[in-house]
Amino acid sequence: MSDTLSPEIRFGSNSGQPATRRDGLAKVTGVATFAADNTPEGLLHAVYAPAKIARGRVSHLDVAAAEAHPGVTHVITPQNRPELQGDPSGKPTMFSFRTEVLQDDTVRYAGQPIALVLGETLEAATEGARLLAPQYEVDPVRVALDDNTARGFDPGGFGLPGGASHGDVEAGHAVAARSIDVSYETAAQYHNAMETHAIVAQWDGDRLMLDMPSQALKVSCAGFAYFFGIPPENVTLRSPYIGGGFGSKAIPTGPQVLAILAARMTQRPVKLMFTRQQMFGPAGHRGATRQRLRLGVDENAALTVIDHEGLAETSTFDDFVEPAANASHDLYAAGALRASHRLVRLDVGTPGPMRAPGEASGSAALECAMDEMAEAAGMDPLEFRLHNYAETQPGTGRPYSSKALRECYAEGAARFGWEGRPLEPRQMRDADGLMTGWGMGTALFPCPMFAAEARATLRPDGTALFETSAVDMGQGAWTVLAQIAADSLGLTLDQVEFRAGHSALPDGGVAGGSAHTATAGGALHAAGGDVLRQLGELATADPQSPLYGAGNSSLVARHGWLLLEEDESRRERFADILARAGKTEMIGTGHGGRAPEAAGRHAMNSHGAVFAEVKVDPDLRQVRVTRLVGAFAAGRIINPRLTESQLMGGMIWGTSFALHEAARHDRRSGRIVNADFAGYHVPVNADVSGLEVITVHEDDPYVNALGIKGVGEIGIVGTVGAIGNAIWHATGKRVRHFPIRIADLLAP
Amino acid sequence: MKQFDYVQPKTMDEALASWEPGASWLGGGTNLVDLMKLGVAQPQRVIDLTRISDLGEITFQQNGSVRIGAMVSNADLARHAGFAQHFPMVAEALLSGASGQLRNMATVAGNLMQRTRCAYFQEETAACNRRTPGAGCDARDSDEEARALLGASPACVATNPSDFCVPLAALEAQVEVRGVNGTRQIPIAEFHLLPGDHPERETALEQGELIVALHLSAEAARFARHARYLKVRDRTSFAFATTAAAAALQMEDGIIVEGRLALGAVAARPWRVAEAEALLVGQAPDAALFARVAEAAMAGAEAPVHLEWKIDLARRTAARALAMAAAGTPARLPALPASPFGQQNGDLAHV
Ligand SMILES: Cc1cc2nc3c(=O)[nH]c(=O)nc-3n(C[C@H](O)[C@H](O)[C@H](O)COP(=O)(O)OP(=O)(O)OC[C@H]3O[C@@H](n4cnc5c(N)ncnc54)[C@H](O)[C@@H]3O)c2cc1C
Ligand code: SF4
Repeated sequence: MSDTLSPEIRFGSNSGQPATRRDGLAKVTGVATFAADNTPEGLLHAVYAPAKIARGRVSHLDVAAAEAHPGVTHVITPQNRPELQGDPSGKPTMFSFRTEVLQDDTVRYAGQPIALVLGETLEAATEGARLLAPQYEVDPVRVALDDNTARGFDPGGFGLPGGASHGDVEAGHAVAARSIDVSYETAAQYHNAMETHAIVAQWDGDRLMLDMPSQALKVSCAGFAYFFGIPPENVTLRSPYIGGGFGSKAIPTGPQVLAILAARMTQRPVKLMFTRQQMFGPAGHRGATRQRLRLGVDENAALTVIDHEGLAETSTFDDFVEPAANASHDLYAAGALRASHRLVRLDVGTPGPMRAPGEASGSAALECAMDEMAEAAGMDPLEFRLHNYAETQPGTGRPYSSKALRECYAEGAARFGWEGRPLEPRQMRDADGLMTGWGMGTALFPCPMFAAEARATLRPDGTALFETSAVDMGQGAWTVLAQIAADSLGLTLDQVEFRAGHSALPDGGVAGGSAHTATAGGALHAAGGDVLRQLGELATADPQSPLYGAGNSSLVARHGWLLLEEDESRRERFADILARAGKTEMIGTGHGGRAPEAAGRHAMNSHGAVFAEVKVDPDLRQVRVTRLVGAFAAGRIINPRLTESQLMGGMIWGTSFALHEAARHDRRSGRIVNADFAGYHVPVNADVSGLEVITVHEDDPYVNALGIKGVGEIGIVGTVGAIGNAIWHATGKRVRHFPIRIADLLAP
Repeated sequence: MKQFDYVQPKTMDEALASWEPGASWLGGGTNLVDLMKLGVAQPQRVIDLTRISDLGEITFQQNGSVRIGAMVSNADLARHAGFAQHFPMVAEALLSGASGQLRNMATVAGNLMQRTRCAYFQEETAACNRRTPGAGCDARDSDEEARALLGASPACVATNPSDFCVPLAALEAQVEVRGVNGTRQIPIAEFHLLPGDHPERETALEQGELIVALHLSAEAARFARHARYLKVRDRTSFAFATTAAAAALQMEDGIIVEGRLALGAVAARPWRVAEAEALLVGQAPDAALFARVAEAAMAGAEAPVHLEWKIDLARRTAARALAMAAAGTPARLPALPASPFGQQNGDLAHV
């Protein structure tokens, strides 16, 4: 079998079905074990002390007080930290940041670990960490975008995004009949999955066993192996259930490395779990941005130029620049385009990928700017977007592998009732006198693929086992991947055992980039195909088989039978083929990924259109999103129920981005002052009403063998802009930053 | 957290006897336990009051007044049919506070005693006069939004975050407290103290005293037909008030006979201004009147430049609450209690 996917696709009765979560019962009954549910014998609890200033050095820690506290066993500080074999500034894997592991006493951001306390109980370790009562030498902090100098950088690698340009941008500006030049800001947001980061580490000689939520099992194993100077295969990582990841659980964090170090030092299992407050520190975040957008249109409202400059914060010691301007690459047909990025170094933790990195913040600014441009051109925002629809990829002219965006616009607008929307703002009031506004935004998310491997084992009873170290962080991989696996052998879901979430299994790749279903699913599909190929070879070469002499390619699998496509009376059970060949099982392997040559020919993106209705109290200026309709085209939908959940979750996050989420820093210490759920707000039920998701049919023969594009992130994209635009439409106020709050709308 | 003694008295006498300096009373724990985890509260001894059975009753007296036991949960009080009928804006305020889970745990006394949400109060390492007298106040020159517009002092600019206390202030509730020297009643207006030079003194409770009940008089029920609580905030639910107001009117033939107005989230206690309320008397409700009353209620308000909008919002909130009260208490609580989006009736909308 070649290492690309077989072009032949077998969809059985599973794909396309709204199967309920296979792990649902285990989760609602509490049987599912999340990492921190593991409590091996002899366990020590580790708690790290976070810095409460953002810049300076730790001048004193009251180690004696901590050590004297009953139940505290060890206090690890930069003075006595055991050695690590890997340099914490090194980048052993594709997702690595310089890791904060007590290498010195400098403080680079608030929330940075400055000591680790071990105790016989969680309470003892927690109090021990508090008793350290750190003292600092404090340097002036820089936590706002204007607090340091913005600068360019050489793009390359993870975290340093390139830009794009095509056409003559200056000419695009010069020929524009109408232009806008606007700046939008987006606030820093912190990943706050329901399950905070956790780890339980146990050593056995030079073998390491980890229970830890991970979006990238094998990559994490390699990362930890590097720190401890052991081969990656010596690390076993179990991550069967993950309470949300959103990008932050793809990258090992400093406190997790320290917990492993503590386990090696004490030769006891060690557990560490972040508190909610600690999530606002070393686990990454979506960096704040300021984006300047200069758009121009000609007399006919055709875009002459999109000029999108992004400025994003990163830490003083590592690079992750939110690739916001890249949101403008592929979306609209403009005569010329420039997307570029600059960074500003602040005393914050290193940002990282957070659900729809770049697209979420970039689209927020772009979609509002498009609305402003439509307004300047005197055009309906939807009509304006259709008018500038990209039929082929801007710049390259490459065809799209598929693009049902026009249908998304049409179906979304029809469901929402967009027609008849007044062009001018402040035209609509509801029966209660609330100002009402309608806005829309386009969504785009690329379709990357990583690499994954899978193994299928056909058993003598005709059932099958499928294995890959894939990741379910709540998105539904346990279910969706099993559906794909079952279909690859023409079996029903209950005839398939599916194992995932364990690093000893074939590499399931990374759950990120909205690529996991396509990639790991592709591997499973290929593994099933490999079994069928072998079965076919056996049967067609065996004179005793009804399939004897038939060509392998004309065989199909259904309900545990192999059948001849043109004459289904010629068939044989999998089990019988195996039995006659004297085999107790048959193993197939498969690879998922995109062949390099396929990557070049087409531009590949998921698309969507989001329509929002907001109501604003005319005096109090409190805002509520009353309706959100999102229509998305994302290739083949394996499970409509879980897809709807993903897209809804994304749109709710979009609401969060537009109206709520923002980390607020104390200007003097640099501490985040709203570092808990009482202060860091995300939408609650009462903020979400009238949420509707439409998936638009799309066949994509190029994106990958299964035609899957991914639905994990695109829901956020488009929603933020749609809400911002609806607020303008309701109130006539263009607020050019997110989140938009009462205070912004009260201002004259 | 720091180690502490934990005691569970079964009677009031046991409870009072178990008190010692440095002890804390425990209600639902939704505020105290959080603060203990943060190191902000460090009681030597925690005295759990939830096992004292006679603290958990709601009793209507013959004359129509009501006595509410200190340990009645916020949820039970809000859902008590008789109570909500007589004091609808108190029920509305309760239901607009926190979340369903918290209201199930939180007690009446705990709500009255809840500490400020000032971010610097809640951070052990920040300077805070309220926590550590004389330490200074890191909030003063910060961007903190939960900041008093009225009644602040150079020592402290914190606000009282309670929703419940705002209508209680408007209705002149009495707090029944008990200590080793016996029982006394404290008018709610005198219960929460403005910071002055001593922000660490938050209430009129003496050392070792505890709240046993809350009283609302029969007269307070005369506002029932025109009484509303309005809470403005960026999130539709589960957020403290940005600004809030409780407005209660007694109307006869379309004329206001008496009016009450208390503002929330603008000071270290619910804010009432007698001159503002007096403007209502003898008038027919109208927007201009309510704007004047709101203006008078906010007289003397001060804010740093970045919060000037809040003075404006507090006035608008007060005027709107008065208009809502004038329009009449709805027969059923709206689906979104106390919300500007609460016009729609129906089952509670997951608030
Ligand atoms: C996330 C979150 C959101 C919230 N949102 C809101 C909101 O929107 N609006 C709102 O009003 N509130 C809100 N709250 C606060 C909530 O109302 C209070 O936490 C609650 O009312 C406290 O009651 P409790 O019984 O849990 O008090 P506890 O935590 O038990 O005690 C609080 C204080 O009262 C003291 N105390 C308790 N009982 C007595 C007594 N009988 N006599 C004397 N002192 C006593 C304790 O010693 C302690 O100092 C929120 C809280 C949280 C955590
Ligand atoms: S405002 Fe009051 S509570 Fe807040 S820090 Fe200052 S003194 Fe403390």
